[in-house]
Amino acid sequence: MNLRPGRAARGGQYAALLAYLLFLAFPFLWLLSTAFKPPRELASLHPTWIPKDPTLANFRQAFDEQPLLHAALNSLAVAAGAAVIAVLVATPAAYVTARLRTRLSRAATGWVVVGQAFPFVLVIIPLFLVLKNLRLVDSVPGLVMVYVVWALPFALWMLAGYVRAVPAELEEAAAVDGAGRLRTLVSVTAPLLAPGVVATGLFAFISAWNEFFFALVLLKTPQKQTLPVVLTHFVGAEGVADLGPLAAAALLATLPSLVVFAIVQRRITSGLLAGAVKS
Amino acid sequence: MTLATATKRSARRAPDGPGGGRTAERGAWFLVLPALIPILVLSVGPLLYGVALAFTDAQSGRTAPTRWIGALNFRDLLHDTLFWDSFRIGLLWAVGVTVPQFLLALGLALLLNQELRLRGFARALAIVPWAMPEVVVGIMWRLVYNPDAGVLNETLRDLGLGDGRDWLSGLATALPAVIVVGVWAGMPQTTVTLLAGLQNTPRELHEAAAMDGAGAWRRFRAVTWPALRPVALAVTALNLIWNFNSFALVYVLTSGGPGGRTRLPMLFAYEEAFRYGQYGYAAAMGCVMVAVISVVLACFLAGRLRGGQDA
Repeated sequence: MNLRPGRAARGGQYAALLAYLLFLAFPFLWLLSTAFKPPRELASLHPTWIPKDPTLANFRQAFDEQPLLHAALNSLAVAAGAAVIAVLVATPAAYVTARLRTRLSRAATGWVVVGQAFPFVLVIIPLFLVLKNLRLVDSVPGLVMVYVVWALPFALWMLAGYVRAVPAELEEAAAVDGAGRLRTLVSVTAPLLAPGVVATGLFAFISAWNEFFFALVLLKTPQKQTLPVVLTHFVGAEGVADLGPLAAAALLATLPSLVVFAIVQRRITSGLLAGAVKS
Repeated sequence: MTLATATKRSARRAPDGPGGGRTAERGAWFLVLPALIPILVLSVGPLLYGVALAFTDAQSGRTAPTRWIGALNFRDLLHDTLFWDSFRIGLLWAVGVTVPQFLLALGLALLLNQELRLRGFARALAIVPWAMPEVVVGIMWRLVYNPDAGVLNETLRDLGLGDGRDWLSGLATALPAVIVVGVWAGMPQTTVTLLAGLQNTPRELHEAAAMDGAGAWRRFRAVTWPALRPVALAVTALNLIWNFNSFALVYVLTSGGPGGRTRLPMLFAYEEAFRYGQYGYAAAMGCVMVAVISVVLACFLAGRLRGGQDA
């Protein structure tokens, strides 16, 4: 059995893996390093990887320069609202899509793919005009609505995969035992589906937390803007002068999604797999 | 539109369909509607409205009513050299990102599928870029590319490879520089999908092939690739679309500069719509983008599918 490669090949594999990890990690490490550097070191002609005088001043300055906390709360409200609504709406539909193989389910899964092909401009211009007529431009509920719709196809797809992973025989057995349809759903299906629902919700949360384009177009009042939009204000006019606070703010904006992602990482990948393989 | 007609048909056929009894079907509708209505109203509807807008002279802040102007927007687009420049850049970007993204992700997925030490750690680290907001990815790479305080130029100086340069504002380097960022940002998703595909390839076949004395490359060609092909095809097609339609990364990195060298079609259309208020014209751009990406994709998929039958 020579499936295990020889020692030289193994060494090569480790070297390649190391190169990959370096490529993937170095920008993030540099962000980390920049965020803790005092201005003097940032202006130095020979920047170092490890700050000589690590400081938290950049973080303080970042909060002073832009309403970061406020923006983070906006992001949190929008992302949480969108995630909860998307999951509430998508779960029943996904159940039906997965259990009943109608043309509807096929059309829904088809739309997941077709919908991807359209550039956002083609959607955002009419959406902007419609929301403007409804006085929902520059409003948080308007953005939440957009995010829900934006997350729905993917949520449907992921959830349908999770539903298929719950054996239909279990539900049939419960029915044979005399449990009604609702009873079966509540006490047999729901507990098995719960982790998948949570994973889908968190995924929708991250997508909304990270989203930029719709927020840029739809929110004009500075007090309503979400974190990614506020972050771009650092980049704008001053540019070079403010590298430290810029890095600090960017780092803070990433932490929530990193934490959530770390929690659901395994589930998301298995959910993608379920959706992809079984549909 | 396809969705609407398809659902109508399914409703008519429901009673003799495979979906069980009549009542179950009606209950199903009730459960699907909460998801279907928002999608129809806020996704399918706006799309159709957007296509219609492309044939009007809709503008922001105008008092006169919007009129139908037929294909005038498209005729103007045909002679808009700035748009076609941007279009060419968009295609360069989309292909330039998608191809290396796929090759690098395939390599990483194959590595992560081996029984290497630190595999769990590597898998976790490999998807970090996926979790980051695109805006943060852009900011991060601006710090890397920064001419003075950036790590790239410093490393080049250390290695004695010259003084480095201002990567994002150089006419020649800006597009390659943003392409590298695009590859970096999209790799994790592709890797995870390919890895999932790899884990579905039958292990017994691998072992049998190894017993027959097939080397690593032959095993890959004969066993791994045929099993992985559908996933690889799907992920590449999706990446191509996503990359062609991407916006935030380049907006943060260069805002389309220097001199429009990185002005992707999405940035161009965004400016046209929301800076100059030319809604109709921008919608026409969107339509052209959809049309071209569909054609490219159809050619790609047809070519790959035919290639599959030959092999």
